[in-house]
Amino acid sequence: MSNSLAPKDAIQDLTVAAGEPWLGKLVCGQTLRIVDLEGNQAVDTLFYNAHDCEEHYSCCDTIRGSGNLYLTSGVTLLSNLGAPMLTITEDTCGRHDTLGGACSAESNTVRYALEKRHMHSCRDNFLMALAQNDVGIEKRDLASNINFFMNVPVTSDGGLTFADGISAAGRYVQMRAEMDVLVLISNCPQLNNPCNAYNPTPIQLLIWAAG
Amino acid sequence: MNGPMSSPTVSGAQRVIPTPGPTPPLLWNETLSAGEHWSGILRRGVSLRLTALESKTNVSALFYNFELLSERYSMADTLKAQHTAFLTKDCVCYSDMGRIMCSITADSCGWHDTFSGLSDASMVAERYGASRFQEQGNAARKNGRDSFLNELGKYGLGKRDLTANINFFSRIAVDESGALKFDTQHCRAADYVDLRFEMHTLVVLATAPHPLDTGAKYEPRPVRLEAWHSGPAPANDACRNRCSENARGFRNTEMMFLP
Repeated sequence: MSNSLAPKDAIQDLTVAAGEPWLGKLVCGQTLRIVDLEGNQAVDTLFYNAHDCEEHYSCCDTIRGSGNLYLTSGVTLLSNLGAPMLTITEDTCGRHDTLGGACSAESNTVRYALEKRHMHSCRDNFLMALAQNDVGIEKRDLASNINFFMNVPVTSDGGLTFADGISAAGRYVQMRAEMDVLVLISNCPQLNNPCNAYNPTPIQLLIWAAG
Repeated sequence: MNGPMSSPTVSGAQRVIPTPGPTPPLLWNETLSAGEHWSGILRRGVSLRLTALESKTNVSALFYNFELLSERYSMADTLKAQHTAFLTKDCVCYSDMGRIMCSITADSCGWHDTFSGLSDASMVAERYGASRFQEQGNAARKNGRDSFLNELGKYGLGKRDLTANINFFSRIAVDESGALKFDTQHCRAADYVDLRFEMHTLVVLATAPHPLDTGAKYEPRPVRLEAWHSGPAPANDACRNRCSENARGFRNTEMMFLP
């Protein structure tokens, strides 16, 4: 089915510049493809039930539901109420993180240095998108997110490492909405760790109508 | 130190549990029954010991800043700052605001789960059958998510505030492919963990079984709660000095409590 999705047939085809937020909507059955245009970009992403934004993507429910820490084809993204929100239908990258969360001005001070507070961050991007779009989502709704294309392996002894990306230019991940969802993206502006290869780059979003 | 903590190599079955250190006179103590839920305010400078009274105990926990409820425990910030996927002694629990909510000052079991979430009503019904108060009274089976929702509602919080929780006393092994495996031998009777609160914290606890504990019977376990005045982290504190990240986290936290 997904092989039939050609970019020319997409109902939306847009580019999100490096370091920018994006808020959009998917109707149940529509397919979203996120393309890592230049490679090793991290795309911090949250989903909300479009009709009840108190229902949000849940990393714990998703991990437990799939029995695996990493996201890839076949994984259903579950909500905090255990409901299927989207299903990953294609993945040419192979592994996506959902433990590492979003960078923020505040966590930058902890992870790097106090003077890194002013740098652009995903949580500030999320908050800016929410402030500019009155959709009823607030800071308290910013649950732990997905980092598409980011590689955060957990070692067998429980260590957490931020490894160099396994993505590359043109790789993509594609998912079908199982309910009407709002999509909140921060195309990560982090400059202090290898999640973006220290070089934030644009991404492409393609949306196809329900098949 | 800025790498992963050493992790337990001895499975629960062989592990010897040390006697916990003496505490100052207790402020209070109580037993949280099996399969129940609890909430309370633990102020900066108070320590709380959780003691597993039986093996296979699971205690799910979430933390909120009692003075600013939108600030809450952040699994991701906790794991990233300390380069670990699990919690044990000398780890701290970060909020989403770059501050430290509590520190783990003692721990007998070496591993607490951070990413497996909660059981829910459909999971418990599917595994153990329907259960309701009318037939079973207080023995009606509870689940983690509803337990949390019950307590959160008492503070004006709700489902939107459900975020990745800690499961104390539970260990999930992860292999190279990322596959999860529940360690059925991990927690032993008398295992304990001490949490020292670094800010005024709303603590929500639930003793429903771990969601990956697929035992044949619904067997939640009780936990003993004991609280005492410990004071906040001193300068030579092991949690503060575990890594430079934690030193900055304590600095951020202490800015909130300047005289």
